[in-house]
Amino acid sequence: MTSLPDPAPGAKKLGLVIDLDTCVGCHACAVNCKEWNTSGHLAPLPDFNPYAAGAEGVWFNRVHAYEAGEGEAGRTVHFPRSCLHCEQPACVTVCPTGASYKRAEDGIVLVNPETCIGCGLCAWACPYGARELDEDAGVMKKCTLCIDRIYNETIPEAQRQPACVLTCPARARHFGDLGDPESAVSRLVRERGGYDLMPEMGYRPVNKYLPPRRRAVAGAPPQEAAPRAEEIANPLLRWVDRVLSR
Amino acid sequence: MRPAPSIVVFTTLSGAGYGLLFWLGLLRPLGLVPGDAPFAVAALLLALALVTAGLLSSLAHLGHPGRAWRALSQWRSSWLSREGVAAVATYVPAGLLLPALLLGWQGAAAALGLLAAAGAAATVYCTGMIYASLKPVREWRHPLVVPGYLLLAAFSGAALLAMLGAFRGDGAAPMALAILAGAAGFALKRAYWRGIDAAPPVATPESATGLGVIGTVRTLDPPHTETNYLLREMGFRIARRHAARLRRVALAAGFAAPIALLLLALPAGGAAAAALATLAAALALLGLLVERWLMFAEATHTVTLYYPPSAR
Repeated sequence: MTSLPDPAPGAKKLGLVIDLDTCVGCHACAVNCKEWNTSGHLAPLPDFNPYAAGAEGVWFNRVHAYEAGEGEAGRTVHFPRSCLHCEQPACVTVCPTGASYKRAEDGIVLVNPETCIGCGLCAWACPYGARELDEDAGVMKKCTLCIDRIYNETIPEAQRQPACVLTCPARARHFGDLGDPESAVSRLVRERGGYDLMPEMGYRPVNKYLPPRRRAVAGAPPQEAAPRAEEIANPLLRWVDRVLSR
Repeated sequence: MRPAPSIVVFTTLSGAGYGLLFWLGLLRPLGLVPGDAPFAVAALLLALALVTAGLLSSLAHLGHPGRAWRALSQWRSSWLSREGVAAVATYVPAGLLLPALLLGWQGAAAALGLLAAAGAAATVYCTGMIYASLKPVREWRHPLVVPGYLLLAAFSGAALLAMLGAFRGDGAAPMALAILAGAAGFALKRAYWRGIDAAPPVATPESATGLGVIGTVRTLDPPHTETNYLLREMGFRIARRHAARLRRVALAAGFAAPIALLLLALPAGGAAAAALATLAAALALLGLLVERWLMFAEATHTVTLYYPPSAR
């Protein structure tokens, strides 16, 4: 059913918090996502012409890099982009078959590849480019928030996190319940001023981005301390200094 | 947005078919088109052939055409599903109209024709709403998109009915309607193009990344060195530099020329009127194909804000 579930008070809103201050743009999240998910819930993630010019494929995670601001105030920011598991996901409501749905219990947005007709309308409806058509299977693919990891009781508890979060060497990605104001991710969002992408679209993303920290303002260049007269050991130089200082 | 040929052909042909069905159902009870069964049957069969050809073409757009029946289930939330339901529902009165016409049941034929006309209008309205409901594409959110789909279907349908009427020597009413709808369509498309040219973007690279607090945002490194589905589907830019010329082609071939030909056909009568009206209908359909292609090619999607300006 592509009508959105009624939001239950206190319901879980699982999602990611991405720290643009610490992301180093290494693409490890994108690669580990691809590695896990090509045999995961929405497998496979096909590649076309993988070993030739024009190689392209389905990825759930794309890492951009931007420059913002000018001159000394300018910053280089690495920017991972994936599904934001919105609270008002038009990708779900436009789906004519019910293949696209938002889970009531945790807010994860998923696609049922058994009933998807591959019309592509959900990809048009997503402002963020979170959905990519698997042109091999003729069905839409998207981030599952590693639903097959986070609830997977056959792997150690510490690993029950999305692949992108686990692999990030800079700890720039955090996973948790953004519906719980006391969760670690919610506190992080409060403390660091986490924000929504394109809030003017009204999709109300669950995932939040943490802005780059303000750079420390550089003061005046340090003054070289001039040696005092009594610090000059050589008597001849001490006399020259005294003459020149007159 | 990429103008998928299957969708361009679908909305043009089905639009014309539904327009023809609409005018047939509406004008026949009013006695404004030839009232005999062979004329109505010919018009009905042409309408159903165009609608069906268009719908079959739309299936070619799907990754899984065999599952298309599933698209009838989510009419509560999805305009695409509503379009499918309306299209299937319209086949019922339109299909029953055929035996009613052949058996000469005038009352039933009038009622079924009006029901089919309502179904045709509802289907085209849903088609327009599919586009108008997509927030990320500002050119499709424009308030003239839905009126445009309805008006251009009415125009092309009236042009087809005028052609059929001219062959019977009695196409004055649909000719006049096609001229009026064509003139209105001409004005609407000009207003629409002026509107989308002047409208500000719905989002910016600054709001898309949230980095506007630092300053102007420029792309530095792309996330992938080759293209991908998003750029091919949403970042379509081919021939956009010809847009101004294609707009003129659409206006001239799709609207101005058919109107002029129908104005000549109106007093002409006989074989000359039939030839002129046929040419007018063919030009209208060709012009609408160009117009529909532009509808896609000129539409921009917010996902391209994440990519360099050359992709937008």
